[in-house]
Amino acid sequence: MKTFKNLQWALIAALILTVLSACGSKNNDQPSSPAASKSGKVPDPIELLNVSYDPTRELYEEFNKSFADYWKQKTGGTVTIKQSHGGSGKQARAVIDGLHADVVTLALGYDIDAIAEKGLIKTDWQKSFEQNSTPYTSTIVFLVRKGNPKGIKDWGDLIKEGTQVITPNPKTSGGARWNYLAAWGYATKTLGYDEPQTLDFLKKLFKNVPVLDTGARGSTTTFVEKGIGDVLLAWENEAYLALKEYGDDYEIVTPSISILAEPPVAVVDKNVDKKGTRAAAEEYLKYLYSEQGQEIAAKNFYRPRLQSVADKYKDQFGQLNLLSIDKDFGGWKEAQAKHFADGGTFDQIYTPGS
Amino acid sequence: MAGIVTNPRSGKSQPGRPHLTESKAVRFTLIGIALLFLGLIVILPMVSVIVESFRKGWEAYVSALSDPDAMAALRLTLITAGIAVPLNTIFGVAAAWAITKFKFRGKNLLITLIDLPFAVSPVVSGLIYVLLFGAQGFLGPWLDAHNINIIFATPGIVLATMFVTFPFVARELIPLMEAQGVHDEEAAVSLGARGWRVFFKVTLPNIKWGLLYGMILCNARAMGEFGAVSVVSGHIRGETNTLPLHIEIVYNEYQFSAAFAVASMLMLLAIITLVAKSVLESRMSKEHHE
Amino acid sequence: MTSLRKKDRVLPGLSITLGFSVLYLSLIVLIPLAALVIKSAGLTPAEWWDTVTDPRVVASYKLSLMTAFFAGLVNLVFGLLLAWVLVRYKFPGKRIVDGLIDLPFALPTAVAGIALTTIYAPKGWVGSLLEPLGIKVAYTPLGITLALIFIGIPFVVRTVQPILQDMESDMEEAAVLLGSYRARTFFKIILPDLIPPLLTGFALAFARGIGEYGSVVFISGNMPMKTEIAPLLIITKLEQYEYSQAAAIAVVLLLISFVLLLFINILQRWSNRRLRTVKGG
Repeated sequence: MKTFKNLQWALIAALILTVLSACGSKNNDQPSSPAASKSGKVPDPIELLNVSYDPTRELYEEFNKSFADYWKQKTGGTVTIKQSHGGSGKQARAVIDGLHADVVTLALGYDIDAIAEKGLIKTDWQKSFEQNSTPYTSTIVFLVRKGNPKGIKDWGDLIKEGTQVITPNPKTSGGARWNYLAAWGYATKTLGYDEPQTLDFLKKLFKNVPVLDTGARGSTTTFVEKGIGDVLLAWENEAYLALKEYGDDYEIVTPSISILAEPPVAVVDKNVDKKGTRAAAEEYLKYLYSEQGQEIAAKNFYRPRLQSVADKYKDQFGQLNLLSIDKDFGGWKEAQAKHFADGGTFDQIYTPGS
Repeated sequence: MAGIVTNPRSGKSQPGRPHLTESKAVRFTLIGIALLFLGLIVILPMVSVIVESFRKGWEAYVSALSDPDAMAALRLTLITAGIAVPLNTIFGVAAAWAITKFKFRGKNLLITLIDLPFAVSPVVSGLIYVLLFGAQGFLGPWLDAHNINIIFATPGIVLATMFVTFPFVARELIPLMEAQGVHDEEAAVSLGARGWRVFFKVTLPNIKWGLLYGMILCNARAMGEFGAVSVVSGHIRGETNTLPLHIEIVYNEYQFSAAFAVASMLMLLAIITLVAKSVLESRMSKEHHE
Repeated sequence: MTSLRKKDRVLPGLSITLGFSVLYLSLIVLIPLAALVIKSAGLTPAEWWDTVTDPRVVASYKLSLMTAFFAGLVNLVFGLLLAWVLVRYKFPGKRIVDGLIDLPFALPTAVAGIALTTIYAPKGWVGSLLEPLGIKVAYTPLGITLALIFIGIPFVVRTVQPILQDMESDMEEAAVLLGSYRARTFFKIILPDLIPPLLTGFALAFARGIGEYGSVVFISGNMPMKTEIAPLLIITKLEQYEYSQAAAIAVVLLLISFVLLLFINILQRWSNRRLRTVKGG
């Protein structure tokens, strides 16, 4: 009986060990990429992980293919790029918690700052690449239903009674923070830099918001699929994409003032140094600034930085007055603390009695 | 779900003695209300998933399922369920045996702790593993130094799934084995049977339906878990996406019918196993009795 | 937990099964949950208290508790009805209906949320019928309750069903012989025995509902102070990189669930013992 019992224990111990070792071994062997067998020549294909935010799926799908070709031409080596998409803050958190991203391409600098704060990226990352490490920009525009039945022309029309506005929650969505700041900027300028009045404007605007989805894509779905709301505040590229997917049911309205949304990129220093992928990761981000990279960005409705490409796609993007996060809002740190932290202006909108 | 006692005698219908059952009109009304409720709450969403999935036709349905990312997600889902379900089954049987065949102090506490994962928010179920194994977590630096990935890799997904499906088998077996008492096993022991033999020859035949049912539920939940897995997955395409996460991704790419196609497959699998189990069980119990 | 009475140990395997159960429970459930508690202890008591008593947090607790409570109540009534119909009556397709009860366990919660929103949104199949009547389901607490009803229905049905099946008909027959009407028999003879399983099912559905996220977040609308559920606030705190605060909110949810479950397990064991002594005597 005694030995039998010992045997049982041994069995269970063996079982647990097997499972653990099975789990362990899974991490150790590098997933062999299908591209490796094709090239044959390079024994060690480079694999990069680009951790990005939601609306860039289509952009990077195209860009990754182009970069793989370019890398092959340049070095003869094979590079495969894995993609991960999600809300910008959630993605930044995943990298902080140990997701082995080589590069991050997020919705706002604040999220990359958060990663830098933990020592994974050097603190002056924004100087690593041209244009504040922002290879493409975007802005916030309005998507309205065909024929613009509510006659929405500018931010001022959004606070009219009976107009339903769809935007995601600034607390959980990076894009929604740009929306919020754009509205704030408009109100500040038109109401003569009077803060209580500006807050009042935002209050009226959010009174017209029936649903606060957690992410930008969720809001687009609510507006487009569920048919809720009269106007969607969206990334310019999201709005154009919705137009492309749903054809003639919608129109884009460009407001008089909006914000220059700068979705920045960075190499995750700690991860690339550990994996030895720095050269490829840096080249990957630099390629975003190249003519081909800029062309792909423009095709996916991001505003290119390169003048030649910008001129080529000039007619695609509406002309408007763009506010800057650094000049008009004192940078992300200040904007975050003032508007989106607990007790900030966004919370005040929803606090009863204030 | 707690406290399912699968009773083989249950199939018996009440003969129509007066006052022992309700009048025909009452019966039909009750059945009608019950089915209407079920229809609005459970069946309608199910139908909508199927309708949406076929909106773009049969071909789109098939191509959604044969997409390489979908296949990778299916593989990961199967691996995850393949590890989580057997482990939780072994645990469930062991826990049910200890709890129902013996007396010891703290039993209520133990049962409550087994139940706890039912009540823990899926968000929290994922978060706890991040706090433990994440790079900023308690064990993170050590794991990192030894190049062991748990979070944002298969082990983390398996762990989160195990947590969420933890109670299913145990919860199924405890009331069942409780109701059966210890007499059969004690008799076997007094006749000289030992350890595993008692279990395989006496206990297992008695609990096989409950065990199967618990495993089916455990498996269905393991394949369908979304919230907890979403927190620990990292969403790397073709690598750490399970089927439910793949559904979300496809949905977010405006391919609504493709998303519903994958969802409908997951759902149909679950329904088929559940209904098959229900039918099989009633047939077996009838044979048993006639 | 280790104090064992020798005379009960006729059967083999206590130490191994109990040892394994406790070990496995500790590895998978207890240690990770302890990490949560330790993380929330990173706050000073004052910060902790401020976090969990913030008006928005309190509003979300209230909302989560209220909607889970009402969903539990609805499930109590309809769960009993479904269990009754499935056990006592015969109708075509009964086995399929029986299998469908477990569907909410199996469907990914996000899919459930999307499907329910599609149906009950103002332009949805059912939502468009309710809209003219002035009833809004999606993006209101009613929608949240609906999602929680969906999530919770199997708990009540599956706890009541077996008790109903095992119920001896002697008492009912006796009551009939004594001239009792059906309704009276039901309320005086049947219902009292069903109260413990009903409460158990209710509490399980309730506890599950408090923490539910995936299915609710699509249909709730997420308006602060109005339709923002507690699990969403945990996510919100995480988005601001406030891990300790998120953990603090989670710990409160955890405590509520734990107390509820402990209560029902004591209740269930008490009622089992009572049933057994009644049957034995």
